[in-house]
Amino acid sequence: MNMTIALAGNPNCGKTTLFNELTGSKQHVGNWPGVTVDKKEGVYRKNKEVMILDLPGTYSLSPYSAEEIVARDAIVKDRPDVVINIVDGTSVERNLYLSLQIMETGIPMVIALNMMDEVEARGDKIDCEELSELLGMPVIPVVARSGRGLQTLMEAAIAVAEEHRKPKPSEWFDNELKSTITEIAECLGDGDLDERLWKAIKLLENDDVVAKSIEEAKADSVRKLIEVANKSMGGDVEATIADDRYQYIGKLIKQCVRKAQREHVETRSDKIDKILTNRILALPVFAAVMYVMFACTFSENFLFVEGLQSPGKWLEGMVGDLWGLFADSVSGVVEGMGASEWAVGLVTSCLDGVGSVVGFLPLVLVLFLLLSFLEDSGYMARVAFVMDRIFRHFGLSGRSFIPMLMGFGCSVPALMASRTLESDKDRKITMMITPFMSCGAKLPIYAMFAATLFTDSNQTMIVFSIYMLGIVVAIFGALILNKFAFKSDVSHFIMELPQYRVPTAKSVMIHAWEKVKGFAMKAGTVIFASTVLIWFLSNFNFSGMCDMEESLLASIGNGIKWIFAPLGWADWRASVGVVTGWIAKENIVATFGQLFGGVSDEMVEAVMAGEEALPAIGEVFNRVSAYSYMAFNLLCMPCFAAVGAIKREMGSWKWTLRAVGFQMATAYVVALLINIVGNLLF
Amino acid sequence: MTLRDLKPGQEGVVVAIAAAGSMKRRIMDMGITPGVKMRVIKVAPFGDPIEVNVRGYELSLRKEEAQQIEMR
Repeated sequence: MNMTIALAGNPNCGKTTLFNELTGSKQHVGNWPGVTVDKKEGVYRKNKEVMILDLPGTYSLSPYSAEEIVARDAIVKDRPDVVINIVDGTSVERNLYLSLQIMETGIPMVIALNMMDEVEARGDKIDCEELSELLGMPVIPVVARSGRGLQTLMEAAIAVAEEHRKPKPSEWFDNELKSTITEIAECLGDGDLDERLWKAIKLLENDDVVAKSIEEAKADSVRKLIEVANKSMGGDVEATIADDRYQYIGKLIKQCVRKAQREHVETRSDKIDKILTNRILALPVFAAVMYVMFACTFSENFLFVEGLQSPGKWLEGMVGDLWGLFADSVSGVVEGMGASEWAVGLVTSCLDGVGSVVGFLPLVLVLFLLLSFLEDSGYMARVAFVMDRIFRHFGLSGRSFIPMLMGFGCSVPALMASRTLESDKDRKITMMITPFMSCGAKLPIYAMFAATLFTDSNQTMIVFSIYMLGIVVAIFGALILNKFAFKSDVSHFIMELPQYRVPTAKSVMIHAWEKVKGFAMKAGTVIFASTVLIWFLSNFNFSGMCDMEESLLASIGNGIKWIFAPLGWADWRASVGVVTGWIAKENIVATFGQLFGGVSDEMVEAVMAGEEALPAIGEVFNRVSAYSYMAFNLLCMPCFAAVGAIKREMGSWKWTLRAVGFQMATAYVVALLINIVGNLLF
Repeated sequence: MTLRDLKPGQEGVVVAIAAAGSMKRRIMDMGITPGVKMRVIKVAPFGDPIEVNVRGYELSLRKEEAQQIEMR
């Protein structure tokens, strides 16, 4: 007998910790289709027949954010066998607001009163039996972090599911409201009664989504009933409903919750915030935290020791070396077997393809361990609080800062970090503009041009200006996307500042591991397939294997070069560069090394480091067109790994293509402007 | 008087919510309804948003959002 249990609750109530405890490693994180919301499913460790669905944390079942819509559809439409509503014992009053709304859906329900350890530490007392009696459902005290009470919780939940025990009908609405609800439910025809009653409540709350789902024929009579209700209740049924719920909650609290201390006592979190969101100290502290995070992941001069690798880079190097050994030995074996040239080439490129996926994993892992720690501790909310003023002007919020900052290191983890943003719209926009931040792989391109064509100017300034260009374009990009692509989505900032908590090592690691796994699976296929494809195109033409100059890719390069004529670089070698850049941006230098005159590998390395020039590129590029080319590669579609990350986080090809299309269009327009204006000025 | 007018350390009681649509719903969902007590804790370093205490927990909201909450 298969059973589905849904976990619902406010953000920061410990729901994910509970989910991890119940499912252990038997969980799978995917994406709800078309939105940037995680879909987390797992199997109960102690009973394989029980499937647990971790719904996104929400404060209510209003239809205004992707999370809320996902959560309520999962409850109302998919009808799990039972909902476990996790309530944070330290913040019962607010948490119960969602509880009442879930009760309004009529689905069998159980309450898990979490963080009981903190409740007890404060000296507060919550009478679970009384609460259970009043709400008509089991209320089980638990401490998710330690596993306390979980056995009892699951037994209660399974029992409620098996008995189809529905919660008590809504007692918080007065008789007049109750009869209006019933009348509207009757208007809605014959479907399931619980669903109709729920829809009635939502319609009275001016719920657009439910309103749209009503047939025209019935909509009129419903509207009339709502008008009547509004008139007789002083004009604002929506507020009355909210108020009724809170009044009822107030009564519950009075009867069941006894707080040890009066309000307004400074909590530990308040004390910590005195420093972390202090007018003067907040920014320096934040800068230090960001620096540490960045350094641990990307730095090659860790702790200011020349050449000392940071954990991130060290791990990356180690994994890269191990993979290299593995790949070399496999290639060796294949060659030794006497395989033909193309077979060896194919195997090598497949290994390279997989290798490039594997290469990103250490960075993603280290970064996400740090990010998860910051997020779970509650500090991220403070970051958003501090940075919001700046980001608000571009139509984003303070939370966009972290992903965009990470983008200067590598887009792949940066894109994955955009999950921490509050709204689906913010996440999508941030993901679309994060690749505009000049990542580490693009630097060799600038180094090459700077050393070759900008020898008498200040090379540092040139490179710096490209970085600035990325930031400026990102800002404009956000403004444009907000205005034209997402204008119907409202953005508000009201956000909770949760209590600071020490994250459990377990939850941090599970979170980071999920990211790594998700990336490897989803992004991996995109990267692998495209690497093999590009390899094939650059090593073959219609007569079989050949050099790159005669390959299909070269022909394609020749075929499309006219597209780039307005940008100043209509040469097949430049177009081929752009394409190989999509495997890894630094490949452009190696490609140029090859196509502009068979330059040695050592020379290529030196050019990438900006130590040597590549004079041959002067045949195709002058300073203006070089700048235009750098801008184009900065802004156009990022490497396939990043595209893979976009796909994984966006949850659909439609949105991935939109993101890529936007980036290509932006790249083209900006490069065009640079070419035109540049030629006028220089 | 609106929530925006309160200074850090000051308290007030919500009278009405002047917002509409999703903004209004969001405000109410977060516990801010007529009759509830609110206290301003601090202002962010750049001057916006503000941190308030309501129903026992901390919220942050932009001044333009605070403007829509009438207080006494």
